[in-house]
Amino acid sequence: MTIQDPVATPKAGGLLGRLARSRPTRPGEIYGVPGQGNTLWLSAVSIALFFFVWWLVTAMGWVKPLFVPSPLTIVEKFVSVWQTGYTGTPFLEHVAISTARVFGAFLLACAIGLPLGLAMGMSPVMRGLFDPPIEFYRPIPPLAYLPLMIIWFGIGETSKILLIFLSVFAPVVLGARSGVKSAAIEQIHAAYSFGATRWQVMRHVIMPSAMPEILTSMRIGIGFGWTTLVAAEMVAATKGLGYMVLSASQFLQTPVVIMGIFVIACIAFAFDLLMRFVERRLVPWKGRM
Amino acid sequence: MGLNIQDVSVVYPAADRRPPVKALSGINLTIDDNEFVVALGASGCGKSTLLNLIAGFLSPSSGSLVLDGRHVSGPGADRAVVFQKHALLPWLSVLDNVAFGLQIQGLGKSARIGTANRFIAMLGLDGFQDSPVYKLSGGMQQRVGIARALTCDPRILLMDEPLGALDALTREKAQELILHIWNDTYKSVFFITHSVEEALFMGTKLIVMSPRPGRITHTFDLPFSRQFLDGTPAREVKASPDFIRLREDVLKIIFADEEAAA
Repeated sequence: MTIQDPVATPKAGGLLGRLARSRPTRPGEIYGVPGQGNTLWLSAVSIALFFFVWWLVTAMGWVKPLFVPSPLTIVEKFVSVWQTGYTGTPFLEHVAISTARVFGAFLLACAIGLPLGLAMGMSPVMRGLFDPPIEFYRPIPPLAYLPLMIIWFGIGETSKILLIFLSVFAPVVLGARSGVKSAAIEQIHAAYSFGATRWQVMRHVIMPSAMPEILTSMRIGIGFGWTTLVAAEMVAATKGLGYMVLSASQFLQTPVVIMGIFVIACIAFAFDLLMRFVERRLVPWKGRM
Repeated sequence: MGLNIQDVSVVYPAADRRPPVKALSGINLTIDDNEFVVALGASGCGKSTLLNLIAGFLSPSSGSLVLDGRHVSGPGADRAVVFQKHALLPWLSVLDNVAFGLQIQGLGKSARIGTANRFIAMLGLDGFQDSPVYKLSGGMQQRVGIARALTCDPRILLMDEPLGALDALTREKAQELILHIWNDTYKSVFFITHSVEEALFMGTKLIVMSPRPGRITHTFDLPFSRQFLDGTPAREVKASPDFIRLREDVLKIIFADEEAAA
Protein backbone atom coordinates (compact mmCIF):
# COMPACT_ATOMS: atom_id res chain seq x y z
CA MET A 1 0.00 0.00 0.00
CA THR A 2 1.38 3.37 -0.94
CA ILE A 3 -0.13 5.07 2.05
CA GLN A 4 2.29 3.43 4.45
CA ASP A 5 5.38 4.54 2.57
CA PRO A 6 6.05 7.78 4.50
CA VAL A 7 6.06 5.78 7.71
CA ALA A 8 8.41 3.07 6.54
CA THR A 9 11.12 5.18 4.88
CA PRO A 10 13.66 6.49 7.39
CA LYS A 11 13.80 9.86 5.68
CA ALA A 12 10.28 10.80 6.74
CA GLY A 13 10.93 10.07 10.42
CA GLY A 14 8.07 8.72 12.50
CA LEU A 15 8.21 5.95 15.09
CA LEU A 16 8.85 3.00 12.75
CA GLY A 17 11.53 4.87 10.84
CA ARG A 18 13.25 5.93 14.01
CA LEU A 19 13.23 2.44 15.49
CA ALA A 20 14.50 0.87 12.26
CA ARG A 21 17.43 3.27 12.01
CA SER A 22 20.81 2.21 13.31
CA ARG A 23 22.82 5.35 12.60
CA PRO A 24 22.74 8.25 15.09
CA THR A 25 20.01 10.81 14.57
CA ARG A 26 20.16 14.56 14.87
CA PRO A 27 21.30 15.73 18.32
CA GLY A 28 18.48 15.73 20.77
CA GLU A 29 16.12 13.72 18.64
CA ILE A 30 16.34 10.38 20.45
CA TYR A 31 17.43 11.71 23.81
CA GLY A 32 15.10 14.72 23.64
CA VAL A 33 11.73 15.20 25.28
CA PRO A 34 9.63 12.08 24.64
CA GLY A 35 6.78 12.73 22.25
CA GLN A 36 8.21 15.69 20.38
CA GLY A 37 8.00 15.99 16.63
CA ASN A 38 5.55 17.01 13.93
CA THR A 39 2.50 14.76 13.61
CA LEU A 40 0.85 16.42 10.61
CA TRP A 41 1.87 13.69 8.17
CA LEU A 42 0.82 10.84 10.41
CA SER A 43 -2.51 12.53 11.07
CA ALA A 44 -3.08 12.85 7.34
CA VAL A 45 -2.22 9.17 6.89
CA SER A 46 -4.58 8.21 9.71
CA ILE A 47 -7.48 10.16 8.17
CA ALA A 48 -6.78 8.80 4.69
CA LEU A 49 -6.61 5.26 6.06
CA PHE A 50 -9.92 5.73 7.85
CA PHE A 51 -11.74 6.82 4.71
CA PHE A 52 -10.03 4.15 2.65
CA VAL A 53 -11.16 1.35 5.00
CA TRP A 54 -14.65 2.85 5.13
CA TRP A 55 -14.82 3.00 1.35
CA LEU A 56 -13.39 -0.54 1.03
CA VAL A 57 -15.89 -2.05 3.46
CA THR A 58 -18.87 -0.52 1.66
CA ALA A 59 -17.59 -0.94 -1.91
CA MET A 60 -16.93 -4.66 -1.35
CA GLY A 61 -20.40 -5.06 0.12
CA TRP A 62 -19.09 -6.54 3.41
CA VAL A 63 -21.57 -4.48 5.44
CA LYS A 64 -25.15 -3.58 4.56
CA PRO A 65 -25.66 0.09 3.55
CA LEU A 66 -28.29 0.35 6.28
CA PHE A 67 -25.55 -0.03 8.90
CA VAL A 68 -22.65 1.65 7.12
CA PRO A 69 -23.51 3.66 4.01
CA SER A 70 -20.66 4.46 1.64
CA PRO A 71 -18.80 7.78 1.93
CA LEU A 72 -20.27 8.82 -1.40
CA THR A 73 -23.83 8.30 -0.10
CA ILE A 74 -23.04 10.65 2.76
CA VAL A 75 -21.79 13.32 0.36
CA GLU A 76 -24.90 12.90 -1.80
CA LYS A 77 -27.10 13.12 1.29
CA PHE A 78 -25.28 16.24 2.38
CA VAL A 79 -25.89 17.86 -1.01
CA SER A 80 -29.58 16.91 -1.01
CA VAL A 81 -30.18 18.09 2.57
CA TRP A 82 -28.28 21.29 1.77
CA GLN A 83 -30.58 21.89 -1.21
CA THR A 84 -33.96 20.74 0.14
CA GLY A 85 -33.52 20.86 3.89
CA TYR A 86 -34.49 18.24 6.46
CA THR A 87 -38.08 17.77 7.77
CA GLY A 88 -39.10 21.00 6.11
CA THR A 89 -36.35 23.13 7.65
CA PRO A 90 -33.41 24.39 5.58
CA PHE A 91 -30.11 22.76 6.49
CA LEU A 92 -28.43 26.02 7.46
CA GLU A 93 -31.27 26.77 9.85
CA HIS A 94 -30.56 23.50 11.67
CA VAL A 95 -26.90 24.51 11.85
CA ALA A 96 -27.72 28.05 12.95
CA ILE A 97 -30.11 26.96 15.68
CA SER A 98 -27.74 24.40 17.17
CA THR A 99 -24.81 26.77 16.96
CA ALA A 100 -26.86 29.49 18.63
CA ARG A 101 -27.85 27.11 21.43
CA VAL A 102 -24.31 25.91 22.05
CA PHE A 103 -22.66 29.32 21.77
CA GLY A 104 -25.42 31.08 23.69
CA ALA A 105 -24.99 28.62 26.54
CA PHE A 106 -21.20 28.85 26.20
CA LEU A 107 -21.14 32.64 26.38
CA LEU A 108 -23.54 32.61 29.32
CA ALA A 109 -21.42 30.02 31.11
CA CYS A 110 -18.28 32.10 30.53
CA ALA A 111 -19.98 35.34 31.57
CA ILE A 112 -21.06 33.82 34.89
CA GLY A 113 -18.49 31.05 35.32
CA LEU A 114 -15.27 33.00 34.79
CA PRO A 115 -15.97 35.73 37.38
CA LEU A 116 -17.32 33.11 39.78
CA GLY A 117 -14.26 30.89 39.29
CA LEU A 118 -11.90 33.84 39.82
CA ALA A 119 -13.84 34.84 42.93
CA MET A 120 -13.70 31.27 44.24
CA GLY A 121 -9.95 31.20 43.66
CA MET A 122 -9.42 34.45 45.53
CA SER A 123 -11.93 34.23 48.37
CA PRO A 124 -12.31 31.38 50.85
CA VAL A 125 -15.89 32.53 51.48
CA MET A 126 -16.88 32.14 47.84
CA ARG A 127 -15.01 28.85 47.60
CA GLY A 128 -16.73 27.49 50.69
CA LEU A 129 -20.16 28.51 49.44
CA PHE A 130 -19.97 27.39 45.82
CA ASP A 131 -17.64 24.40 45.93
CA PRO A 132 -20.26 21.89 47.21
CA PRO A 133 -23.01 22.53 44.62
CA ILE A 134 -20.59 22.58 41.69
CA GLU A 135 -18.72 19.47 42.80
CA PHE A 136 -22.07 17.77 43.42
CA TYR A 137 -23.55 18.23 39.97
CA ARG A 138 -20.32 18.15 37.95
CA PRO A 139 -19.90 14.37 37.67
CA ILE A 140 -23.59 13.72 36.91
CA PRO A 141 -24.27 13.02 33.21
CA PRO A 142 -26.57 15.70 31.70
CA LEU A 143 -28.95 12.97 30.52
CA ALA A 144 -29.61 12.09 34.16
CA TYR A 145 -30.92 15.53 35.09
CA LEU A 146 -32.51 16.27 31.72
CA PRO A 147 -35.96 15.09 32.97
CA LEU A 148 -35.70 17.49 35.91
CA MET A 149 -34.82 20.37 33.60
CA ILE A 150 -37.92 19.62 31.55
CA ILE A 151 -40.20 19.33 34.57
CA TRP A 152 -38.88 22.60 35.98
CA PHE A 153 -38.35 24.67 32.86
CA GLY A 154 -40.63 23.13 30.25
CA ILE A 155 -39.80 21.90 26.80
CA GLY A 156 -38.84 25.29 25.34
CA GLU A 157 -35.46 26.85 24.78
CA THR A 158 -34.82 27.47 28.48
CA SER A 159 -34.30 23.85 29.43
CA LYS A 160 -32.17 23.15 26.34
CA ILE A 161 -29.84 26.10 26.87
CA LEU A 162 -29.71 25.47 30.60
CA LEU A 163 -28.64 21.87 30.02
CA ILE A 164 -25.80 22.91 27.72
CA PHE A 165 -24.97 25.80 30.05
CA LEU A 166 -24.53 23.42 32.98
CA SER A 167 -22.17 21.16 31.05
CA VAL A 168 -19.96 24.12 30.06
CA PHE A 169 -20.23 25.88 33.40
CA ALA A 170 -18.36 23.42 35.64
CA PRO A 171 -15.12 23.14 33.60
CA VAL A 172 -15.03 26.91 33.06
CA VAL A 173 -15.45 27.64 36.79
CA LEU A 174 -12.82 25.08 37.76
CA GLY A 175 -10.38 26.40 35.15
CA ALA A 176 -10.71 30.00 36.28
CA ARG A 177 -10.49 28.92 39.90
CA SER A 178 -7.25 26.99 39.51
CA GLY A 179 -5.90 29.64 37.12
CA VAL A 180 -5.82 32.04 40.07
CA LYS A 181 -3.01 29.94 41.54
CA SER A 182 -0.83 30.38 38.42
CA ALA A 183 0.79 33.61 39.56
CA ALA A 184 4.14 33.10 41.30
CA ILE A 185 4.38 34.56 44.80
CA GLU A 186 7.32 36.67 43.55
CA GLN A 187 5.10 38.31 40.93
CA ILE A 188 2.47 39.09 43.57
CA HIS A 189 5.08 40.38 46.02
CA ALA A 190 6.61 42.55 43.28
CA ALA A 191 3.25 44.25 42.76
CA TYR A 192 2.69 44.72 46.50
CA SER A 193 6.17 46.17 46.93
CA PHE A 194 5.16 49.00 44.55
CA GLY A 195 2.25 49.73 46.86
CA ALA A 196 -0.37 47.85 44.84
CA THR A 197 -3.83 47.45 46.32
CA ARG A 198 -5.49 44.04 46.49
CA TRP A 199 -7.57 44.97 43.48
CA GLN A 200 -4.51 46.06 41.48
CA VAL A 201 -2.80 42.76 42.24
CA MET A 202 -5.86 40.92 40.91
CA ARG A 203 -6.19 43.12 37.86
CA HIS A 204 -2.50 43.31 36.88
CA VAL A 205 -1.04 40.00 38.10
CA ILE A 206 -3.60 37.34 39.01
CA MET A 207 -5.96 37.71 36.06
CA PRO A 208 -3.35 37.89 33.26
CA SER A 209 -1.47 34.92 34.68
CA ALA A 210 -4.73 32.95 34.88
CA MET A 211 -5.38 33.47 31.15
CA PRO A 212 -3.72 30.28 29.84
CA GLU A 213 -5.78 28.07 32.15
CA ILE A 214 -8.93 30.06 31.45
CA LEU A 215 -8.51 29.59 27.69
CA THR A 216 -7.85 25.88 28.12
CA SER A 217 -10.94 25.51 30.27
CA MET A 218 -13.00 27.36 27.65
CA ARG A 219 -11.79 24.89 25.03
CA ILE A 220 -12.74 21.97 27.23
CA GLY A 221 -16.05 23.63 28.12
CA ILE A 222 -17.21 24.19 24.55
CA GLY A 223 -16.34 20.54 23.84
CA PHE A 224 -18.71 19.48 26.61
CA GLY A 225 -21.28 21.85 25.13
CA TRP A 226 -21.31 20.08 21.77
CA THR A 227 -21.41 16.73 23.58
CA THR A 228 -24.55 17.79 25.40
CA LEU A 229 -26.24 19.25 22.32
CA VAL A 230 -27.85 16.01 21.17
CA ALA A 231 -29.16 15.32 24.66
CA ALA A 232 -30.60 18.83 24.83
CA GLU A 233 -32.34 18.46 21.48
CA MET A 234 -33.74 15.02 22.35
CA VAL A 235 -36.95 16.33 23.76
CA ALA A 236 -39.53 18.32 21.85
CA ALA A 237 -37.09 19.87 19.42
CA THR A 238 -38.08 20.30 15.78
CA LYS A 239 -34.90 22.00 14.64
CA GLY A 240 -31.19 21.64 15.22
CA LEU A 241 -28.37 19.26 14.33
CA GLY A 242 -28.95 17.10 17.40
CA TYR A 243 -32.64 16.81 16.49
CA MET A 244 -31.69 15.95 12.90
CA VAL A 245 -29.41 13.12 14.01
CA LEU A 246 -31.91 11.73 16.51
CA SER A 247 -34.96 11.81 14.30
CA ALA A 248 -33.02 10.38 11.37
CA SER A 249 -31.92 7.49 13.54
CA GLN A 250 -35.53 6.74 14.40
CA PHE A 251 -36.32 6.42 10.69
CA LEU A 252 -33.15 4.39 10.08
CA GLN A 253 -31.78 7.13 7.83
CA THR A 254 -28.20 6.23 8.63
CA PRO A 255 -26.65 8.58 6.01
CA VAL A 256 -28.27 11.58 7.69
CA VAL A 257 -27.07 10.39 11.11
CA ILE A 258 -23.47 10.10 9.95
CA MET A 259 -23.68 13.35 7.97
CA GLY A 260 -25.00 15.17 11.06
CA ILE A 261 -22.21 13.76 13.17
CA PHE A 262 -19.63 15.02 10.68
CA VAL A 263 -21.20 18.47 10.58
CA ILE A 264 -21.14 18.74 14.38
CA ALA A 265 -17.53 17.51 14.46
CA CYS A 266 -16.49 20.02 11.79
CA ILE A 267 -18.07 23.01 13.56
CA ALA A 268 -16.57 21.97 16.89
CA PHE A 269 -13.16 21.42 15.31
CA ALA A 270 -13.26 24.76 13.49
CA PHE A 271 -14.02 26.51 16.77
CA ASP A 272 -11.20 24.65 18.49
CA LEU A 273 -8.79 25.83 15.78
CA LEU A 274 -10.02 29.35 16.38
CA MET A 275 -9.43 28.98 20.12
CA ARG A 276 -5.90 27.66 19.50
CA PHE A 277 -5.24 30.68 17.30
CA VAL A 278 -6.59 33.01 20.01
CA GLU A 279 -4.40 31.21 22.54
CA ARG A 280 -1.27 31.75 20.44
CA ARG A 281 -2.10 35.43 20.02
CA LEU A 282 -3.22 36.10 23.59
CA VAL A 283 -0.79 34.01 25.66
CA PRO A 284 2.30 33.35 23.53
CA TRP A 285 4.22 33.23 26.79
CA LYS A 286 2.30 30.17 28.04
CA GLY A 287 4.71 27.72 29.66
CA ARG A 288 7.72 29.87 28.77
CA MET A 289 8.41 31.55 32.11
CA MET B 1 18.31 58.36 58.83
CA GLY B 2 18.27 55.03 57.05
CA LEU B 3 16.79 51.75 58.19
CA ASN B 4 16.90 50.80 61.83
CA ILE B 5 16.06 47.26 62.95
CA GLN B 6 15.84 46.86 66.71
CA ASP B 7 15.68 43.59 68.61
CA VAL B 8 13.45 41.97 66.01
CA SER B 9 12.30 38.38 66.28
CA VAL B 10 9.97 36.31 64.12
CA VAL B 11 8.21 33.20 65.39
CA TYR B 12 6.20 31.07 63.01
CA PRO B 13 3.26 29.74 65.06
CA ALA B 14 2.87 26.04 65.76
CA ALA B 15 1.08 24.14 63.02
CA ASP B 16 -0.29 20.59 63.03
CA ARG B 17 1.98 18.69 65.42
CA ARG B 18 4.94 20.99 64.69
CA PRO B 19 6.28 23.19 67.52
CA PRO B 20 6.56 26.94 66.87
CA VAL B 21 9.64 27.83 64.81
CA LYS B 22 11.89 30.71 65.82
CA ALA B 23 12.95 32.02 62.42
CA LEU B 24 14.71 35.13 63.67
CA SER B 25 15.86 36.15 67.11
CA GLY B 26 17.37 39.34 68.50
CA ILE B 27 18.16 40.99 65.19
CA ASN B 28 19.79 44.40 65.45
CA LEU B 29 20.86 46.02 62.20
CA THR B 30 21.28 49.49 60.80
CA ILE B 31 21.41 50.18 57.08
CA ASP B 32 22.63 53.73 56.55
CA ASP B 33 22.25 55.86 53.46
CA ASN B 34 24.33 54.52 50.56
CA GLU B 35 25.34 51.48 52.58
CA PHE B 36 25.53 48.10 50.82
CA VAL B 37 24.70 45.42 53.37
CA VAL B 38 25.20 41.80 52.36
CA ALA B 39 23.66 38.90 54.27
CA LEU B 40 25.36 35.53 54.13
CA GLY B 41 24.63 32.28 55.91
CA ALA B 42 23.73 28.62 55.73
CA SER B 43 20.29 27.79 54.40
CA GLY B 44 17.55 28.22 56.97
CA CYS B 45 19.39 31.02 58.77
CA GLY B 46 16.58 33.49 58.12
CA LYS B 47 18.16 35.70 55.45
CA SER B 48 15.03 35.68 53.34
CA THR B 49 12.81 36.14 56.38
CA LEU B 50 14.82 39.24 57.25
CA LEU B 51 14.42 40.55 53.69
CA ASN B 52 10.67 39.86 53.76
CA LEU B 53 10.48 41.78 57.05
CA ILE B 54 12.18 44.82 55.58
CA ALA B 55 10.02 44.58 52.45
CA GLY B 56 6.95 44.49 54.70
CA PHE B 57 5.62 41.12 53.50
CA LEU B 58 6.03 39.86 57.07
CA SER B 59 5.49 41.53 60.43
CA PRO B 60 7.92 40.96 63.29
CA SER B 61 6.67 39.02 66.32
CA SER B 62 8.54 41.52 68.48
CA GLY B 63 10.89 44.46 68.01
CA SER B 64 10.67 47.29 65.53
CA LEU B 65 11.73 48.33 62.04
CA VAL B 66 12.01 52.05 61.37
CA LEU B 67 12.82 53.56 57.97
CA ASP B 68 13.58 57.30 57.97
CA GLY B 69 11.73 57.70 61.23
CA ARG B 70 8.60 55.84 60.13
CA HIS B 71 7.57 52.38 61.27
CA VAL B 72 7.56 49.73 58.58
CA SER B 73 4.07 48.28 58.65
CA GLY B 74 3.68 46.81 55.15
CA PRO B 75 5.08 46.83 51.65
CA GLY B 76 5.77 50.24 50.13
CA ALA B 77 7.40 51.82 47.13
CA ASP B 78 10.23 53.19 49.30
CA ARG B 79 11.58 49.61 49.47
CA ALA B 80 11.90 47.90 46.08
CA VAL B 81 12.61 44.20 45.77
CA VAL B 82 14.64 42.34 43.16
CA PHE B 83 13.82 38.64 43.23
CA GLN B 84 15.91 35.69 42.13
CA LYS B 85 13.47 34.87 39.31
CA HIS B 86 9.85 34.35 38.32
CA ALA B 87 9.01 37.91 39.23
CA LEU B 88 8.66 39.52 35.80
CA LEU B 89 5.30 39.57 34.05
CA PRO B 90 5.64 37.58 30.80
CA TRP B 91 2.56 39.14 29.18
CA LEU B 92 4.22 42.57 29.24
CA SER B 93 7.06 43.87 27.07
CA VAL B 94 10.38 44.92 28.56
CA LEU B 95 9.21 48.53 28.62
CA ASP B 96 5.92 47.72 30.34
CA ASN B 97 7.66 45.49 32.86
CA VAL B 98 10.10 48.23 33.77
CA ALA B 99 7.23 50.74 33.96
CA PHE B 100 5.04 48.38 36.01
CA GLY B 101 5.73 50.05 39.35
CA LEU B 102 4.89 53.47 37.91
CA GLN B 103 1.68 52.07 36.45
CA ILE B 104 0.71 50.71 39.87
CA GLN B 105 1.30 54.18 41.28
CA GLY B 106 -1.12 55.61 38.75
CA LEU B 107 1.22 57.47 36.39
CA GLY B 108 -0.02 58.13 32.86
CA LYS B 109 1.46 56.29 29.93
CA SER B 110 3.63 59.12 28.59
CA ALA B 111 5.02 59.93 32.03
CA ARG B 112 5.86 56.26 32.58
CA ILE B 113 7.76 55.84 29.32
CA GLY B 114 10.28 58.62 30.00
CA THR B 115 11.33 57.29 33.40
CA ALA B 116 11.30 53.66 32.26
CA ASN B 117 13.50 54.44 29.27
CA ARG B 118 16.03 56.16 31.49
CA PHE B 119 16.53 53.00 33.56
CA ILE B 120 16.38 50.76 30.52
CA ALA B 121 19.33 52.70 29.14
CA MET B 122 21.12 52.60 32.50
CA LEU B 123 20.96 48.79 32.50
CA GLY B 124 22.04 48.46 28.90
CA LEU B 125 18.69 47.26 27.61
CA ASP B 126 18.26 49.96 24.99
CA GLY B 127 16.64 48.61 21.83
CA PHE B 128 14.83 45.82 23.69
CA GLN B 129 11.91 47.99 24.85
CA ASP B 130 9.35 46.07 22.79
CA SER B 131 10.84 42.58 23.25
CA PRO B 132 8.75 40.10 25.22
CA VAL B 133 10.59 39.35 28.46
CA TYR B 134 10.21 35.58 28.14
CA LYS B 135 12.49 35.67 25.08
CA LEU B 136 15.38 37.33 26.95
CA SER B 137 18.34 35.52 28.50
CA GLY B 138 18.45 35.06 32.28
CA GLY B 139 20.97 37.88 32.67
CA MET B 140 18.84 40.31 30.69
CA GLN B 141 15.70 39.31 32.57
CA GLN B 142 17.49 40.07 35.82
CA ARG B 143 18.48 43.50 34.48
CA VAL B 144 14.83 44.16 33.63
CA GLY B 145 13.99 43.25 37.24
CA ILE B 146 16.60 45.68 38.56
CA ALA B 147 15.44 48.47 36.22
CA ARG B 148 11.86 47.92 37.38
CA ALA B 149 12.92 48.17 41.03
CA LEU B 150 14.76 51.45 40.40
CA THR B 151 11.95 53.29 38.58
CA CYS B 152 10.01 54.23 41.68
CA ASP B 153 13.10 55.83 43.24
CA PRO B 154 13.15 53.63 46.35
CA ARG B 155 15.15 54.54 49.46
CA ILE B 156 16.46 51.00 49.72
CA LEU B 157 16.90 48.15 47.25
CA LEU B 158 16.23 44.66 48.59
CA MET B 159 17.90 41.96 46.54
CA ASP B 160 17.08 38.33 47.27
CA GLU B 161 19.84 36.31 45.59
CA PRO B 162 19.35 38.28 42.40
CA LEU B 163 22.31 36.64 40.64
CA GLY B 164 21.82 33.11 41.97
CA ALA B 165 20.42 31.75 38.71
CA LEU B 166 23.07 33.22 36.42
CA ASP B 167 26.14 31.53 34.97
CA ALA B 168 29.53 32.49 36.42
CA LEU B 169 30.56 34.91 33.67
CA THR B 170 27.23 36.76 33.46
CA ARG B 171 27.21 36.85 37.23
CA GLU B 172 30.53 38.67 37.53
CA LYS B 173 29.44 41.23 34.95
CA ALA B 174 26.14 41.73 36.77
CA GLN B 175 28.01 42.26 40.06
CA GLU B 176 30.00 45.07 38.52
CA LEU B 177 26.89 46.57 36.93
CA ILE B 178 25.02 46.57 40.24
CA LEU B 179 27.96 48.22 42.00
CA HIS B 180 28.10 50.97 39.39
CA ILE B 181 24.35 51.56 39.65
CA TRP B 182 24.55 51.64 43.42
CA ASN B 183 27.37 54.17 43.19
CA ASP B 184 25.45 56.33 40.68
CA THR B 185 22.03 56.28 42.34
CA TYR B 186 23.06 56.62 45.98
CA LYS B 187 20.65 53.93 47.19
CA SER B 188 20.97 51.74 50.25
CA VAL B 189 21.09 48.06 49.37
CA PHE B 190 20.26 44.90 51.32
CA PHE B 191 21.63 41.99 49.34
CA ILE B 192 21.32 38.26 50.00
CA THR B 193 23.71 35.78 48.46
CA HIS B 194 25.08 32.28 48.92
CA SER B 195 28.44 33.16 47.41
CA VAL B 196 31.09 34.29 49.89
CA GLU B 197 33.15 35.88 47.12
CA GLU B 198 30.15 37.83 45.87
CA ALA B 199 29.33 38.96 49.40
CA LEU B 200 32.84 40.23 50.10
CA PHE B 201 33.18 41.92 46.72
CA MET B 202 29.87 43.77 46.76
CA GLY B 203 29.16 44.83 50.30
CA THR B 204 30.29 47.69 52.47
CA LYS B 205 29.03 45.69 55.40
CA LEU B 206 28.71 41.94 55.73
CA ILE B 207 26.44 40.21 58.20
CA VAL B 208 26.91 36.48 58.70
CA MET B 209 23.81 34.71 59.95
CA SER B 210 23.38 31.42 61.76
CA PRO B 211 20.36 29.13 61.89
CA ARG B 212 18.13 27.80 64.72
CA PRO B 213 17.21 30.43 65.67
CA GLY B 214 18.17 32.75 62.84
CA ARG B 215 20.49 35.44 64.19
CA ILE B 216 23.40 37.64 63.21
CA THR B 217 26.65 36.16 64.55
CA HIS B 218 29.32 38.26 62.85
CA THR B 219 29.54 41.67 61.24
CA PHE B 220 32.40 42.82 59.01
CA ASP B 221 33.13 46.19 57.40
CA LEU B 222 34.32 45.68 53.83
CA PRO B 223 36.60 47.89 51.72
CA PHE B 224 36.55 45.90 48.47
CA SER B 225 33.64 47.42 46.54
CA ARG B 226 35.18 50.87 47.13
CA GLN B 227 38.49 49.63 45.73
CA PHE B 228 36.69 48.39 42.64
CA LEU B 229 34.76 51.61 42.16
CA ASP B 230 38.00 53.58 42.60
CA GLY B 231 39.43 51.82 39.58
CA THR B 232 40.99 48.52 40.63
CA PRO B 233 39.88 45.73 38.28
CA ALA B 234 37.40 43.29 39.79
CA ARG B 235 39.61 40.21 39.39
CA GLU B 236 42.51 42.04 41.03
CA VAL B 237 40.34 42.96 44.00
CA LYS B 238 39.13 39.38 44.36
CA ALA B 239 42.70 38.02 44.18
CA SER B 240 44.21 40.38 46.76
CA PRO B 241 45.64 38.78 49.93
CA ASP B 242 43.20 40.69 52.18
CA PHE B 243 40.26 39.47 50.17
CA ILE B 244 41.41 35.83 50.20
CA ARG B 245 42.17 35.87 53.91
CA LEU B 246 38.76 37.26 54.80
CA ARG B 247 37.08 34.83 52.37
CA GLU B 248 38.65 31.87 54.20
CA ASP B 249 37.70 33.29 57.61
CA VAL B 250 34.07 33.71 56.58
CA LEU B 251 33.98 30.25 54.97
CA LYS B 252 35.25 28.74 58.24
CA ILE B 253 32.43 30.42 60.16
CA ILE B 254 29.79 29.13 57.75
CA PHE B 255 31.19 25.59 57.64
CA ALA B 256 31.26 25.50 61.44
CA ASP B 257 27.55 26.37 61.40
CA GLU B 258 26.82 23.67 58.86
CA GLU B 259 28.66 21.07 60.94
CA ALA B 260 26.96 22.12 64.15
CA ALA B 261 23.66 21.62 62.35
CA ALA B 262 24.57 18.18 60.94
